[in-house]
Amino acid sequence: MLGQLGGVYALLGAAVAALLAGIGSAVGVAIAGQAAAGVVTEDPAKFSKVLILQLLPGTQGIYGLLVAFVTLSKTGLLGGSMAAIDVPTGLMILAACLPIGIVGLISAVNQGKTSVASIGIVAKKPEQFGKAMLFPAMVETYAILALLVSILAVNSIPV
Amino acid sequence: MAVLEMQRIGICAMKKDRKKLLELLQQKGVVEIDAHVEEDEVFKKMDTSSSRNIFEKNAQAAERALEILQEYVPEKKGMLASLEGKALVDARSYDSVIKRQDAIMSKARQLVSLSRQIAENKANIQKRENQIEALEPWKNLDVPMNFMGTRKTEGFVGTVSELMNTEQLYAAVTQAVPDVDAFFAEVISTDRDQTYLCVICGKKDAPVMEEGLRSIGFARPSQIGSLLPADRQEQLRGKREALIQKNEEIISQIAAFAEARRDLELVADYYRVRLDKYEVLGGLIQSKSTFLITGYVPKRDGESLKQELDRNFTLSVEVTDVEEEDIPPILLKNGKLAASFEGVVESFGLPGKGEIDPTAIMAWCYIFLFGLMLSDAAYGLMVFLACAIVLKKFPRMGEGMQKSLRLFMYCGISTLVWGVLFGGYFGDVVDVVSRTFFGQQVTIKALWFVPLNDPMKMLVYSMLFGLIHMFLGLGLKAYMLIRDKKYLDCFCDVGLWVIFLMGLILMFLPSSMFASISQMYFTFPPAVNTLAKAMAIGGAAGICLMSGRDNKNFALRIALGAYDLYNVTGWLSDVLSYSRLLALGLATGVIASVINSMGSMAGSGVVGAIVFILVFVVGHVLNLAINILGAYVHTNRLQYVEFFGKFYEGGGRPFNPFNMKTKYVDIKEEN
Repeated sequence: MLGQLGGVYALLGAAVAALLAGIGSAVGVAIAGQAAAGVVTEDPAKFSKVLILQLLPGTQGIYGLLVAFVTLSKTGLLGGSMAAIDVPTGLMILAACLPIGIVGLISAVNQGKTSVASIGIVAKKPEQFGKAMLFPAMVETYAILALLVSILAVNSIPV
Repeated sequence: MAVLEMQRIGICAMKKDRKKLLELLQQKGVVEIDAHVEEDEVFKKMDTSSSRNIFEKNAQAAERALEILQEYVPEKKGMLASLEGKALVDARSYDSVIKRQDAIMSKARQLVSLSRQIAENKANIQKRENQIEALEPWKNLDVPMNFMGTRKTEGFVGTVSELMNTEQLYAAVTQAVPDVDAFFAEVISTDRDQTYLCVICGKKDAPVMEEGLRSIGFARPSQIGSLLPADRQEQLRGKREALIQKNEEIISQIAAFAEARRDLELVADYYRVRLDKYEVLGGLIQSKSTFLITGYVPKRDGESLKQELDRNFTLSVEVTDVEEEDIPPILLKNGKLAASFEGVVESFGLPGKGEIDPTAIMAWCYIFLFGLMLSDAAYGLMVFLACAIVLKKFPRMGEGMQKSLRLFMYCGISTLVWGVLFGGYFGDVVDVVSRTFFGQQVTIKALWFVPLNDPMKMLVYSMLFGLIHMFLGLGLKAYMLIRDKKYLDCFCDVGLWVIFLMGLILMFLPSSMFASISQMYFTFPPAVNTLAKAMAIGGAAGICLMSGRDNKNFALRIALGAYDLYNVTGWLSDVLSYSRLLALGLATGVIASVINSMGSMAGSGVVGAIVFILVFVVGHVLNLAINILGAYVHTNRLQYVEFFGKFYEGGGRPFNPFNMKTKYVDIKEEN
């Protein structure tokens, strides 16, 4: 019984990664989308530009999915034959999934806010799109670093 | 790879030639004319605002007419019509349009007035509808709205702001006027907050009745007519129908103008071009019989322009090199490949004064990094083919669009190459399909290695590529400094840093920390280790001493140097930033394999195959879209922040020549 608990922890880790990062991206994309919709009512020609900016906070959700998937395939859950995972290993996997979950959540929400500001730039000065795109991309750096730690950690935990 | 060298041009010509000369310059489109020139005693500016107003008005009228045509007789356009670009029109039909401009403008004005009629009619239709609506509660009233009574009786038609039925109305009226014994009351209808009613009583009781009705909140309606409400409604409907009919007639009249579309486009462009010309004319300074033009011209066009002007007019042209204090506008000149990436540089900022055009080198880095981030052979092929086909099919598309498509086409090739190196073909579709449908797993071997299986290796390579990329930036900085003969600056700001960083890297490589991260073991001979330490310490000391060299105060100089040394953390974070190469590469591959395994869940067989194909198409299109976006954004970021940060500031002013700025058509030049 106790042996199976390790698997539960590992699954919890995968869930946390997909869950938190996904929530963050959903919130971020939503607030950016509201701003983008406002710009499009004024000037439909800016649609493609603001759409790109709206999608920027969406990547954290993908990173979360990525880590969740790597975790699931590592534990063998995807193949249908789950490896026997003891409790310490399960907890280790859970801990490894935390960075992308938590950083993903917070960075996606804040990236969404930055995207809103950048959409403001595009509304007033569409020719500055290149620069406007940079500000949200800066926020994303930290999600990428968290993703890196999560992937490396999950990958190097022996199962 | 270059910023085109600019020259100053000064033209002094006879006033009688000015329009012809401006037309020639506009057609050539190689001169940027100075907008702000000071007037003096002799040379004055001419006021062209009245002609400009006329052109502006005409252009707007023609554009408005085109909008109207588009609204009522839309041109049939395919989905990719926006890629087609401006139509090419030969000079002869342009000239014929110019000859017929008055006739065309009168068509434009007719169109505008027709559309105004439509708007008026629409307003009237709305008004009628409101009136019909307002009469709706009264439609069961069988006396006219203005019914005041008969010879012996007095009528009250109106509303009270209380809801009641006929019985309640009788009760209320009886209570209000207990002395009146004979009256007739009827509730016509009720709605949410009003009751519509009609009360009739004898003439002698009328004043009392009116008083009483007012006390229960009676008010006469605002709309009073001499017809029965139902008849009035019928009449209004008839009027509305007539208006709708009329509008349809007007629309069919507008449709008859549809073939004037091309004429209108040409005429709109013609007036815009003339407007530009007169704006320039208004900015020129003119004496009694001569005028002056000053501006910038690219060096490659200067001489031929001068010759052409000399041949056609009596004038004096002077082309000179730019002065030290001038800030010439920037025009980039690159080969076909590099030119596709000019947009990326432009959106960061054109090269400032004295800076080189980084486009060509950046283009190769861009292609390299983009492919590395997307890294899927099949995706790369798709992107390449899609862009190539669209480019082939629409040769006349706008220049900006063409450049971006070409950018993605080159990046597609690089993606294909990286995909082959990393063994990504729609993720792992070959494995999944062969396993699910043919029972035997076939794997296309990666030419180099599979990043998902060996992420540490990929990480180390990502950072290595990053280091090379940034040292390249530093090299360009050194190049610019050497070109400007600032050898000391080159040594202090670039050389010392290179020594310092190389020392640090050489110290880091054999350390146990690096070995444990990368599983790569370096052992250098002791001499190299000592050299590494010496380089790091020497470099650090040099930076400390030399960074603040402009400062006389020695203590401050050291402090500034130490602060500059702190930039090493910036280098660290920049290198780490290249880990996104790994992250984005993995994201493409992992999501692709999620899609594939989702598709294969329905098993083999016909149903399984159909499910697989559906999931495959939808999933991979989505994944491709989102990962192209990611690769685009993050490649830009690496170029702008990490690469340009090392040597490039931008801030140049784009070259804005005086030319034919047309909106709808391009006019083919006659040779």
